[in-house]
Amino acid sequence: MPRVTYIEFNGTVHDVDVPIGLSVMRGAVDNNVPGIDADCGGECACATCHVYVDAAWLDKTGLPVPGSQEASMLSFAAVAQPDSRLSCQIKMREELDGLVVRMPEGQH
Amino acid sequence: MNAPVNVDPRAHAWSLPLDKIDVSDPQLYYDDAWQPYFERLRREDPVHYTPESPYGPYWAVTKYRDIVQVEVNHKVFSSSDEVGGIMIQDAPKGMERTSFIRMDPPEHDEQRREVSGTVNPITLAKMESLIRDRTNMVLDGLPRGEPFNWVDRVSIELTSMMLATLFDYPIDQKARLIRWSDTFICDINAPDAPVRSEEARFAEQMKFAEHMNEIWEERAKQPKSFDVISIMAHGEATSRMTLRQRMGILILFLVGGNDTTRNSMSGGVWGLSQFPDQFRKLRENPELVTSAVSEIVRWQTPVIHMRRTALADAEIGGKPIKAGDKVVVWYISGNRDEDAIEHANEFIVDRRRPREHMSFGFGIHRCLGNRLAELQLRILWEEVLRRDLRIEVLDKPVYAYSNFLHAIRSLPVRIG
Repeated sequence: MPRVTYIEFNGTVHDVDVPIGLSVMRGAVDNNVPGIDADCGGECACATCHVYVDAAWLDKTGLPVPGSQEASMLSFAAVAQPDSRLSCQIKMREELDGLVVRMPEGQH
Repeated sequence: MNAPVNVDPRAHAWSLPLDKIDVSDPQLYYDDAWQPYFERLRREDPVHYTPESPYGPYWAVTKYRDIVQVEVNHKVFSSSDEVGGIMIQDAPKGMERTSFIRMDPPEHDEQRREVSGTVNPITLAKMESLIRDRTNMVLDGLPRGEPFNWVDRVSIELTSMMLATLFDYPIDQKARLIRWSDTFICDINAPDAPVRSEEARFAEQMKFAEHMNEIWEERAKQPKSFDVISIMAHGEATSRMTLRQRMGILILFLVGGNDTTRNSMSGGVWGLSQFPDQFRKLRENPELVTSAVSEIVRWQTPVIHMRRTALADAEIGGKPIKAGDKVVVWYISGNRDEDAIEHANEFIVDRRRPREHMSFGFGIHRCLGNRLAELQLRILWEEVLRRDLRIEVLDKPVYAYSNFLHAIRSLPVRIG
């Protein structure tokens, strides 16, 4: 099963095995990793599962398509950066084994 | 659709011909009789066409998933005042109070981004100790052993202080903010309405705008500060706004910051009093307070509905929606939808996924102040629990006559 490393804003590291097909958001929420709220449950409708994707993984995860719902929601998130994604929109697949994401200071 | 007086709303809701069900009737919320009507619609006609209502024909969307689909599809389902706005009652022509909640992209995005920092979690962390000090002061000042109105003494007191802080407005004049807020959002047909016509309301709104505009102009000359008015006076998009636009955005903050959390503060006391085993569980496990706060916000659902207008033909839950149709999403019903929320009619302080409720809406118009609401509620309940206050509810709440705000006017309580 592919593994994801979640790094909280305070630096705490959580390594979690996330089944293929599940979202990176669900991997955090189902394993009680703090820092991802996911208020809408994965509908790309709230921006509270915001993460920064580690630079080494951006090629594989990609960035939100400009003009998409994800891009639109992220533009209102607190402290969005060029490497921001909504983790409910990253589905696990084999090539993402080892993915590293960092949580922002707050979800809004 | 006015339910006859002295008739059991459950019997009435289930015996009425389906096409006569009109959930826009403010009396339903005043009488706290809305539940069975929505229960029937969710079961028999979840996307319900009401051909005749005091607000004209409209679609009532009552199920959680359908409401989310409407809210994320802002390209089709518009919030713009130009096509009617966000309330079932059309924005009064020529008297609109347009702000980003009543706009579509791209104008919406520009305004919202400029002000969202004022209430993001990073800014709010700095306010926590101030909110706690005030909450302590209010709770320590409550009468003991005699009845009082929780709404006046706690809910209004705390939220109006918060509002004064957000605007950096003189705290000793906070009652003016409340009076304005009540005037701007009331149903003009309510028995206790402070204004009786849209013209009278608009005149009050302009008075408010002119008063606040003096403060705005003053702050534009000063260095940028932390409060909403200063931030807007110095903002790229907001500083250029006309008086009418300033009126719109100030009213949005005024009402959004006031008449919502106020009612969650009251609704939480009522909800916990109806589920005493849950109140006991919370007292014994105070770490559940964060989860309980989400449950309170779901349970109360401070905003009853939002309205959208279809800009193109569309489909919701299999029903054909035509361009121009009025589409009303009923949060109060979505939050009771058993297909989305387990045991939705029960108040449960330790739900598995307590944050998954729709009181803050979804999509680009999702409540901007939701973190501030949660912060105030969390602190209130932390302090109630720390004091082990035994709040005895003496009578049912009195609700407002409104189909938009699920507001509690009074809740008599006693603390031992």
